[in-house]
Amino acid sequence: MLSLLIFLPLAAALGAAVVPRRAVTRVWAGACLADLALVIALWVAHGTRPGVSYETDVRWIPSVHAGYHVGADGLSLPLLTLTAVLFAACAVYSLRQEHRVREYAVLFLFLETVCLGVFAALDLLLFFVFFDLSIVGMYFVILLWGHGGRARSALTFFLYTFLGSLVLLLGFIGLYLGADPHTFDIVELTRTPPLAGSAGLAGLTLLAIGIGLGVKTPVVPFHTWLPPAHTDAPAAGSAILAGVMLKMGTYGLVRIAMPVLPDAWRRFAWVFLAVGLAGVLYGALVALAQENAKRLVAYTSVNHMGYVVLALGAAGYASGDADARRLAVTGAVTQMVSHGLVTGALFLLCGVLYDRAGEYGLGRFGGVAGTAPVFSALLAVAAFASLGLPGLSGFIADFQIFAGTIGSGTTAAAVAGALAVLGILLTAGLFLRVLHRVLTGAPGELTARVTDVRRDEAGAVVPLLAVSVLVGVVPRVLLDTVEPLSAAVIALVGR
Amino acid sequence: MAGGAVVAGEAMMNENPADLAPELCVLAAAVLGLVTGLFLPRARQWPVAVICSAGLLAGLAATAAAATRADLTAFASFEIDPVTHVTRAVVLGSALPVIVLAAARVRGHPRESEHYVLILFSALGTLVLGASSDLLVLVSAYLLASIPAYALAGFGKDPPGTEAALKYYLMGAFLGVLMLTGVTLLYGVGRGTSFTVLRENLGDAPAAAVAVGVVALLAGPLFKAGAVPGHFWVPDVAEGASPPVAAFVTTVPKIGAFAVLYRIGAAALPPGAAGWPALVGVVAAATMTLGNLAAFGQDNVRRLLAYSTVGQAGYLLVPVAMAGRTELARPALLYYLAAYAVTNIGAFAVVVAAGRDGLPGYTGLLRASPPLGLSLIVCLLGFVGTPPTAVFVGKVLMFGAALDGGSTWLAVVAAANTVASVFYYLRWIVPLFGRPDGNAPRPARAPTAVAAVAALASIALGVGSGIALAA
Repeated sequence: MLSLLIFLPLAAALGAAVVPRRAVTRVWAGACLADLALVIALWVAHGTRPGVSYETDVRWIPSVHAGYHVGADGLSLPLLTLTAVLFAACAVYSLRQEHRVREYAVLFLFLETVCLGVFAALDLLLFFVFFDLSIVGMYFVILLWGHGGRARSALTFFLYTFLGSLVLLLGFIGLYLGADPHTFDIVELTRTPPLAGSAGLAGLTLLAIGIGLGVKTPVVPFHTWLPPAHTDAPAAGSAILAGVMLKMGTYGLVRIAMPVLPDAWRRFAWVFLAVGLAGVLYGALVALAQENAKRLVAYTSVNHMGYVVLALGAAGYASGDADARRLAVTGAVTQMVSHGLVTGALFLLCGVLYDRAGEYGLGRFGGVAGTAPVFSALLAVAAFASLGLPGLSGFIADFQIFAGTIGSGTTAAAVAGALAVLGILLTAGLFLRVLHRVLTGAPGELTARVTDVRRDEAGAVVPLLAVSVLVGVVPRVLLDTVEPLSAAVIALVGR
Repeated sequence: MAGGAVVAGEAMMNENPADLAPELCVLAAAVLGLVTGLFLPRARQWPVAVICSAGLLAGLAATAAAATRADLTAFASFEIDPVTHVTRAVVLGSALPVIVLAAARVRGHPRESEHYVLILFSALGTLVLGASSDLLVLVSAYLLASIPAYALAGFGKDPPGTEAALKYYLMGAFLGVLMLTGVTLLYGVGRGTSFTVLRENLGDAPAAAVAVGVVALLAGPLFKAGAVPGHFWVPDVAEGASPPVAAFVTTVPKIGAFAVLYRIGAAALPPGAAGWPALVGVVAAATMTLGNLAAFGQDNVRRLLAYSTVGQAGYLLVPVAMAGRTELARPALLYYLAAYAVTNIGAFAVVVAAGRDGLPGYTGLLRASPPLGLSLIVCLLGFVGTPPTAVFVGKVLMFGAALDGGSTWLAVVAAANTVASVFYYLRWIVPLFGRPDGNAPRPARAPTAVAAVAALASIALGVGSGIALAA
């Protein structure tokens, strides 16, 4: 079942390559919606029980003990669902796409398979294969459908994240060699952590994995590839890049780094705490200074992913309160989902602006609320969700992260958590500033060009925000699924 | 036979010519091709290509049959073990598409049959080179692999080809003499030329003499491998010779060279002699760095590919450096060799098919010929080591070998180099997506098929690596 979920988009991509040009977008959207239905069915059937469902383990490269091992648990399912939701939204958003639509659809369907594969992989090598392919896919998306200095941005993106992935590969090989017997299987590595006897090697391996995943996340100071890539990518590409692909980094931390290297994680939790805090504050401050709307959203991603890293760092303090640390992990996972939904919506809305005006400059808009009321309402909801207003998904995530971080009882974590709260203040300020400058006031020079959202655009953005509201109002559906996983992770890190 | 002392319990001693069946198939096809070529009219020499291809196919079949039998040593100097099996399969499997590429180009050439026969002789030399476990066999194999290749490089008798052949020959002759010096020295201090004898005796020999001997000995195989410092001929031959010959000389001779380099490290030298891991590791690091840096500014795709093969030679030297230090070294080397050969042949097949040398000439290729464009993308991403292509698996094993062998620095250098290499491979990919400019290349049929098969094989080797590695 899970393999069907993963490879259905790829099969649809082959279909999209041969059907008549006019049917391409329909095949694309249809496949995405079918995949979405499938993942929801998988989630419902899995329920809230702990452990891994839908496991498949096939021998792949037996001589290095790497297999095609996939499965879904409380961590995978929310992210798989997020992936399916976002890709479906992007398909709907792109119904009117005309420039090389066939290649576009094929590439996005390919990317969907790759992203689902990352979140389902239970084998390091398999994880890496999907992880690396996502870079290739996104490179072509930026290169071929981007704007501005797209060739340069695409190359920067590729070189940066590819270097990160190679460092990650070295870390994985370190885990493989450290395990006895040698294996790439995450489940077995979790059961018997490798490198338990040699703290130095474990630290080095964690460093490699941390850098590899950190580039992807991205954490400060490895974030410099992100603003140009996001600014020059097409709207749907930015939405996928920020909404889904940034999660691969933090997902890897929860799935691989914490359970497989628990001792090293405990020892270096303070590094993640500090790096997370730096991301939170730096991302928010730099976002505050942006004139380009898309760049601004890109920098808020640095800020939000900083919260996730912060929470995971706090969860590593073994001396802290276990309940609080569990809350931090749950908050981190919730933040991944919430950020995916909200940032995806924000980037698609930026795409609407660009589609009309060909420009992202905040200063050149104003009074858009008058000409495009629906657009303005959607932008306002997305902005409030992003800054963590109660009733929306961002609040649930932020609250748990802060409660978990500050409540874990150790001084360092409490101080970091308290400082990170400032990040909320900064994001609140910057989003209100955006709303103020774009939506209200006298019409700017480009305002006249901004017409309201079309049906396909609304059809892409509204569901994302609706899910965000749903998570904000009835979070239990999500949290109950994540809770057992958080407990398991904390138990593993605590051993 | 001299040096025929075989330790009991090791591989069986044997003088049965049937053990050399794949080599004999190639030899028979070459001789038959030569004789047939004499009697055929000048304009109708294509049957020679068929004969040569048949010989290669028969060799492949014989290889498959031999691979199922136990390891042995034939004539006390010719190892028949997994390294030889893979060398045979890859050499024969690479020479076959080269014949196809060449046939599309030299049809009707006055010396058409000689072209095929030279390819076969050089391949035969490479086969022997990869299987040799005796320094004297190594030397003769080196000569047999080299001399036909010199002739091939200058086959067109045009100024660039002549210059390439001259450089190739001078370089090969010089490094060959250096290698002979090394052989003499090692024979002197090791009291024998067989690898097993050397391994027993070199431990007691003066370390400095062994080190000098090994360094001199390496000159020959490193020249064949196109590795630093014997790499100067690579770009000139790749650019000056005809593209099919360029595909041949940057692929086939390397295979035998890396196989024998591995043998020297694993079987001829006592552990730790001549500082083997450090020595080869430094050469590997220098080779990959130099190749990748030099490839940056190339606008001629054949020169670009030439420097890329130098860079790839650097990665291939990593498992050679780890020979005998980790179990991963041998599968890493063999898998990477096969992966490299497939990818390199594919990339050169695209060059043959498109008939363009300049990077701008590839603008719009993806529109003009989707199969050719896609094959090129797969091959170039394959060189980078993107999953799920074959080189990816090779690189994983290579990194694993370096880390397990205790050379973390080498793994880091290789990773950094891989990232640097992305830059120039992407430089070639980007124009493919452009708008075709009126005179887009009209690809030749047979080379396009070769490129597509190579690209598919690369993916198949990557996805099905379990099956390939188990075999």
